[in-house]
Amino acid sequence: MKYKSLIITNPEDLIFGIAPNPVKTRRGLEIGGGQVYAELNFTLPVMSINESTLPQVYEHYREIAEGALERAVDLNSKGVVLELETLLEMTKTPWIGIEIVKVMNEICEKYYQKHGLASEIRLTPNDLREFERPAKQRTSQYLEPMMELFEKGMIAGGDLLSIESTGGKEVSDDALMNCDIKTIVFALAVLGVRDMQFLWKKIFGLASQHGKIAAGDSACGFANTAMVLAEKKYIPRVFAALVRVISVVRSIVAMEEGAVGPDKDCGYEGPFLKAITGIPISMEGKTAACAHLSPIGNIASACCDLWSNESVQNIKLLSGMAPTAYLEQLEYDARLMNQALIAGTVPSHILQQLLVASDVYTDPQALILSPENVIRISKELIKGDSYVANARNGAITALDIIEEALASGKIKLSEMETAYLPILRDELESIPESESEFIEMMLPLLDQSKFILSEYGL
Amino acid sequence: MEELLEKLLQAVEFGKVDFKSPYPPQLKGENGAYELTIKALESGVGPQQILENALVPAMDRVGKKFSENKIFVPQMLMSAKAMGASMLQLKPFFTSGEIKTKGTFIIGTVKGDLHDIGKNLVAMMVEGAGWTVIDLGVDVPSARYIEAVNNNPGAIVALSALLTTTMVNMGEIVSDIKANLPTTKVFIGGAPVNNDYCQKIGADFYAPDPQGVVEHLSKLAS
Repeated sequence: MKYKSLIITNPEDLIFGIAPNPVKTRRGLEIGGGQVYAELNFTLPVMSINESTLPQVYEHYREIAEGALERAVDLNSKGVVLELETLLEMTKTPWIGIEIVKVMNEICEKYYQKHGLASEIRLTPNDLREFERPAKQRTSQYLEPMMELFEKGMIAGGDLLSIESTGGKEVSDDALMNCDIKTIVFALAVLGVRDMQFLWKKIFGLASQHGKIAAGDSACGFANTAMVLAEKKYIPRVFAALVRVISVVRSIVAMEEGAVGPDKDCGYEGPFLKAITGIPISMEGKTAACAHLSPIGNIASACCDLWSNESVQNIKLLSGMAPTAYLEQLEYDARLMNQALIAGTVPSHILQQLLVASDVYTDPQALILSPENVIRISKELIKGDSYVANARNGAITALDIIEEALASGKIKLSEMETAYLPILRDELESIPESESEFIEMMLPLLDQSKFILSEYGL
Repeated sequence: MEELLEKLLQAVEFGKVDFKSPYPPQLKGENGAYELTIKALESGVGPQQILENALVPAMDRVGKKFSENKIFVPQMLMSAKAMGASMLQLKPFFTSGEIKTKGTFIIGTVKGDLHDIGKNLVAMMVEGAGWTVIDLGVDVPSARYIEAVNNNPGAIVALSALLTTTMVNMGEIVSDIKANLPTTKVFIGGAPVNNDYCQKIGADFYAPDPQGVVEHLSKLAS
């Protein structure tokens, strides 16, 4: 791993709105430069996407951008990021996605020229490669349209480039349901890392060529899936917390390959990435309940630089269209954090502490996100000589933190949860430091019909 | 004989696959579903009796515990593995027709959608309830559902979707199935759908969770 020390070592400095390495954008946002901006995410209502519905599709995105930016102006917003996370059809047929970027960019430019409102588009093509099983991460026919959307989409105005890449997902899906932590480490720290290296070289290359911003890649399909499954009571919360920590070694590869942030909203590994690399991050919490439930509604914002709602359908609510309503909610949250920053260090830290304290001992997934614990775990995530060792050590430290909080009575967990603690520790401790030894250990245990080693350069 | 079936029931309920398996800790050193099924058959217990008096009730208990949030999915999966070990011994009797399942259940995630966690859980629970399950996988178009029903007349079909942009494909698939095979029962499930949507698209049943599917199937089979 490239990073050998933390950029942020003091928990108080892991705070909203301020990142050691802020990102400046074309229309004047300075993300992590001293204030929090809203990042609005949205999707279509229930509808098909085909040739006959394309005019409606474009109209939805026009309406979303127009409504959100109009409201942002009314609320005296200092800036907004709009994330276009493409759906299958928009990536498979890249010109559809590119056209949507154009539609939205025209509106962003209009509000910039007319009102001076700074806004940017985060372009997040969906990873089409998971449509093939076993996935062909490096030779897939789908790589070409994905890369075409990245390149032409960034030229059309998608300045911040992100993806929720899926390398290793074909292995992790079953492992999540089986609470198989060793296989999770294999999926993320062996397969995921390799795929991220492959993919982010390409994305960073294109971004550099066109002067755009390689932002980041969230382990949504892994760690967020774990969180949602835990929320449904399908898997233990303690397991989901460890999956989150393990996902850091995979997501940090984007930064190693040149990404500079803002990291993506659904990556709750963001606080660890911010501590290790100093990049700004997007986070989502209570205002993302429209998309998924979570136990980290407040604590997620304690060190955010963009504050997001994950996704909301473009449907009518009593107040107006849902994306407009969510933009308002995000703006008010951002306004509060920004007011604290303006008021000075002490008020900012008080707000940071309140955001943390209100969630931290309610769930192990919140516990690991307190700034103190992020710093403690992050130190372990960079100590070792391999991604595997770092994943293991980070997860064991997270487990230590959970057990300490349990022993002190600060956190309460059901017997169903605590039964998994010794099992998870035994499994993690059986993982060798050496990656090659780990791969040798795991291959006979895995169903190799589900993944293709050569597609990961193995 | 009853004691043997009770032991088998417990092995499946608690996920003891075979003698060697370390899980669950309380059954360490005991025979698992694999050995107990062999013993039961050798002792003259009929395969139908094994299925009906041990395996199906065991999985029924597992399903109930899961729906009451008393166990997590991994425990349920261990039970399914234990049942699978037992079913391996019963396979010849299914082939010969000596024992019969309750029916055939065809399931798949609809075209355009890759999400399969919920679908897999339903498939596992339904199989545990004594049905033959044909899992068509993900991104399944109408033609594949229809082909599967044609190959398994009388089968029930279940469609799964997670996205608001793919749930619309359910309507199209239900129409295609009903146009080609009007008597086929179609179930739907997944995060964005509900009973209203089920009725709107002309499907026959919606369940919010796997246990709901199993319970409705039991009513249909009885």
